[in-house]
Amino acid sequence: MTNYILRRLAQAIPQLFIISIILFVLMQAFGDPIATLGGRIPPRPEDKERLRRQMGLDQPVYMQYVTWLVGNDWNKIDMDGDGISETPGKRTGILRGDWGNSLVTRQPVIKMIGERLPNTLLLMLTVEVIIIIFSLTLGLVSALRPYSVFDNVVTGLSFIGYSMPVFWLALSLMYIFAVNFRRWGLPYLPTVGMYDPAVGKTPFELFKHMILPVTTLSIISIAGYSRFVRSSVMEVLGEDYVRTARAKGLRSMLVVGKHALPNAALPFITLIGLDLPFLLAGAVVTERIFAWPGMGRLFIDHTERADFPVLMGILMLIALAVVVFQIITDIVYSFVDPRIRLE
Amino acid sequence: MTDSSTQIPQVNPPMLSPMALAVRRFRKHTMAMVGLGILVLLIFYVSFAGMLLRGYCVPLKQELRGEAWANCNDTGSKLLPPSSEHLFGTDVIGRDILARTVYGGQISVLIGISAAIVEVLLGAVIGSLAAYYGGWIDNILMRITEAMLTIPSLFLLIIGARFFGNSLPSVYILGRELTGSVLAIVLIIGVTSWMYLARIVRANILSLREQDFISAARALGASDRRIIFVHLLPNTLAPLIVSATLGVAAAIISEAYVSFLGLGVQGATATWGNMLDGAYRYLETAPWLWFFPGTLILLTVLGINFVGDGLRDALDPRSGRRM
Repeated sequence: MTNYILRRLAQAIPQLFIISIILFVLMQAFGDPIATLGGRIPPRPEDKERLRRQMGLDQPVYMQYVTWLVGNDWNKIDMDGDGISETPGKRTGILRGDWGNSLVTRQPVIKMIGERLPNTLLLMLTVEVIIIIFSLTLGLVSALRPYSVFDNVVTGLSFIGYSMPVFWLALSLMYIFAVNFRRWGLPYLPTVGMYDPAVGKTPFELFKHMILPVTTLSIISIAGYSRFVRSSVMEVLGEDYVRTARAKGLRSMLVVGKHALPNAALPFITLIGLDLPFLLAGAVVTERIFAWPGMGRLFIDHTERADFPVLMGILMLIALAVVVFQIITDIVYSFVDPRIRLE
Repeated sequence: MTDSSTQIPQVNPPMLSPMALAVRRFRKHTMAMVGLGILVLLIFYVSFAGMLLRGYCVPLKQELRGEAWANCNDTGSKLLPPSSEHLFGTDVIGRDILARTVYGGQISVLIGISAAIVEVLLGAVIGSLAAYYGGWIDNILMRITEAMLTIPSLFLLIIGARFFGNSLPSVYILGRELTGSVLAIVLIIGVTSWMYLARIVRANILSLREQDFISAARALGASDRRIIFVHLLPNTLAPLIVSATLGVAAAIISEAYVSFLGLGVQGATATWGNMLDGAYRYLETAPWLWFFPGTLILLTVLGINFVGDGLRDALDPRSGRRM
């Protein structure tokens, strides 16, 4: 087991390096971060030059990457532009925990991500719990009565849900439950943000603001997941050991609960395990529509300004989480399913 | 006559080719036929509705037809609700939304199909090369595949959209000018979506490679290229066709998401996606801005998904039960 984990980590580390190099190079084409700075009064050319030096953007790409990765505190850098390197570098690099500073806000990247991550996790974990409960229930009931009216209705609805563009569903829900409910004088739901500034940061406000984004994301994912549960339960119900259990006269409840479900749940565990790290990314489109201050919005906002330290931070955090969760999923799987041996 | 012949139980059913069997299974698939119906209607809509479109363009002081009408911006009549003159209403600079959904639909469908072709080509070539040669080639290609799967696909799309930007030149297809950003979107969607297909193709070819007909082909002196493209890939056609079909739907949605975030097709060229750009700001005042293009996307994707599901059941009866 230890061997297995070590080998997987040894494979993962070069992979993460390659991802980071490719992403870093791609981001050079995002445009000039300095060009978008300054706001109404464009900075003078010499100010731009100075800013560029301060942020290390005057360096060649590979030096910027090295600085980002392992820092520049062993080196002296040329701050005043006279060709002599005199100021010692302060960066320690992402490998030593320095994620760099945002080019736009000048704040540490780790602080900016830290502010957004809880919001995203609050939204996405709620969604994930709802998805698991509903898709397990719907999928199981569908699989036990295949091709019944219930199954056909669920199948039809899940195809529609699966095909729905997120923004269409989000905007429709907002239009019905926020705009029209208010017009009709009914209690209506808030559309944007996490709290109403007039009411303050109360848990009930948060709950009200979460209803629409959570519903949007849940409906779309439940559609796909419940199909997955249905097919894996149906596959297990056709197995010999289920027939044997039925043949020896076991009650239907027990056959399903003790024999079918645990086996059918295995691929579902994998699916959830592999999906969990992507929760960190949040839902870019949904967060944008509902103005939810999460990671997805942080990413899209800072893409527009070519703020690559922030973008790299978010992407590498997700990539790391994906790699770690893949290994964890494999290990959990080998515990739940004794048939699987990790060498 | 034909009625009675179907009622006679046939003792020896005629030998049907696998293709005929697949067609028969597909036609029995109710949802697939419904999907096909939706798609046929939509194709008629985007192909021929343009011929009926015309209107008086106030700024140009003349009657316009077709795409010129779709691009006529009459700021005097902006954000009009649906009426007899503008069935779907008008957008923020006074263009007719009905006309734009027709011409935007052509571009969206074109983007969907082209991106799916790019996806299938990349997935098939990468998957078959990895499986056929194995060893370090397999290792490198699969590491790249895994690396791309660790970044959420929408993030990849955003990075790609920023990377290509407006750097590609315009092209002319079928007498219409397509800005470079259409080409860019096709490439971006294709390049960021081939990974699952490559894995499926690789798994299929790994098992096919060991079979006797491949050894026979090799013994006859067939080149590697011939073995891959003539013997191996045609035998894994079923997943390729299904992925290509579903890929069109996924590409249309991807285009819409990228455009929704303001990184999609730029300029006057309408697509269903870029008609939605900024539309959410008019949620209360002008719901027709997002409702019509959004609904058309939903219908298209739904139709393609139905057909794709039917194709999966028809072409590969074993895999149909799984999902």
